[in-house]
Amino acid sequence: MSRRLKILLAKAGLDGHDRGVKVVARALRDAGMEVVYTGLHQTPEQIVNAAVQEDVDAVCLSILSGAHMTLFPRVKELMDQAGMDDVLLSGGGIIPDDDMAELSNLGVGRLFGPGSSLELIVDYFNEEIPRRRSLSA
Amino acid sequence: MPRPTVAQLVEGVRRGDRLCVGRALTLVENSEPAAWELLRELSPDIGDALRVGITGPPGAGKSTLADALTRELRARGKSLGVIAVDPSSPFSGGALLGDRVRMLKSTEDPEVFMRSMASRGALGGLARTTQEAADVLDAAGKDIVILETVGVGQSELTIASACDLTVVVLVPESGGMVQAMKAGLMEIADLFVVNKSDRPGADEMKLQLIDASRYLIWEGRRPPVVMTSGLKGDGVAELADEVLAYGNWLQEGGRKEKKRRDQARTRIRELVRSGLEERFWAREDIRRALDHAAGAHLEGGASIVEQARKFWDSVRGELGRSEILP
Repeated sequence: MSRRLKILLAKAGLDGHDRGVKVVARALRDAGMEVVYTGLHQTPEQIVNAAVQEDVDAVCLSILSGAHMTLFPRVKELMDQAGMDDVLLSGGGIIPDDDMAELSNLGVGRLFGPGSSLELIVDYFNEEIPRRRSLSA
Repeated sequence: MPRPTVAQLVEGVRRGDRLCVGRALTLVENSEPAAWELLRELSPDIGDALRVGITGPPGAGKSTLADALTRELRARGKSLGVIAVDPSSPFSGGALLGDRVRMLKSTEDPEVFMRSMASRGALGGLARTTQEAADVLDAAGKDIVILETVGVGQSELTIASACDLTVVVLVPESGGMVQAMKAGLMEIADLFVVNKSDRPGADEMKLQLIDASRYLIWEGRRPPVVMTSGLKGDGVAELADEVLAYGNWLQEGGRKEKKRRDQARTRIRELVRSGLEERFWAREDIRRALDHAAGAHLEGGASIVEQARKFWDSVRGELGRSEILP
């Protein structure tokens, strides 16, 4: 009956590369988290809609198409509008460091590029999410 | 947004506010103390929704069918809640909740609320708090709540004890199982679906099920067999017809009351059983007493039954004094 971290993994926009997100999904599951994958070609509205219904602790976007500077801010905006300000927005894909910095200023959490250690991602969620959602250890 | 109070969640659930419903579901899923208060407050609003269980062996196409059925029922003006349960990994305790991705079409509809739940070690296909989650969606005003899971049909937490209508979905390749009349899964059906019915063997399966259904008559009703193709949409209208007809039929002659009474009986018993398991038998002092009794038996003393009697006599008073329910 112990509480598990619940993570939404989403592929937004036209990007059809889903191998990476599936690898992450399995790693998170093996780390004891409950993972909902939205499937491909989701709009920001669909993603946040799913996040609300599933009441996730984190929304993660996997974007390899270069559209991250449009999609991340839009999802953040919708999450804020929906009242989800304690929910982490994270993700990965092909995102240059400068863009990562800019997104961070907008309130997006840490982002993980190609070759990121899965262990690092798991550790990040385990530390960052309880902090944001005021969960006891 | 500061953490909502129970009162705010109650009010939000009644309004059908999706953020509140989502958060209420989480409280309930984790059996937090506030969850019981929430359910108590909502209890006048619980009971009207028709609870439809969709179960069957893996690969039968349940999620796709649930998606098609949801859209069809929506077209007929019904609002829906869907809870899909997937197994948690016995090794890590985590889970891949993969039903949502198959239900994308229906979950865009604002009148459909879909939630994925992990089984968290519970046997029987449902999580221990799936019933309570269905209560929340019921209280939020959903006409129909669909519970979707892989069926095993062997334990208290089977979908049959949780639902008003249990739909067992099979595929033409399930033939061997029907022959064996696998206990549990076959017996709980109020309705059979042969999905992927464009495949060879579908008609034979249908005949076998019609034959088997004669042993499953309840209140004079024999479970019908519906042929569908979830992907193509064939037979889904007929399935919706049967679901709605059943809902109406249940309202008559006290049948709904009978079903609900059975469900309540199972739920109460399960709450007491799990309360005992977690809050009494898990106690240090009780475990020590049991260890002691086991040791005394090995020392060549009394028989197992006598040892059990001694153990029981030593703890029964403690049981009477214990708080086992939330």
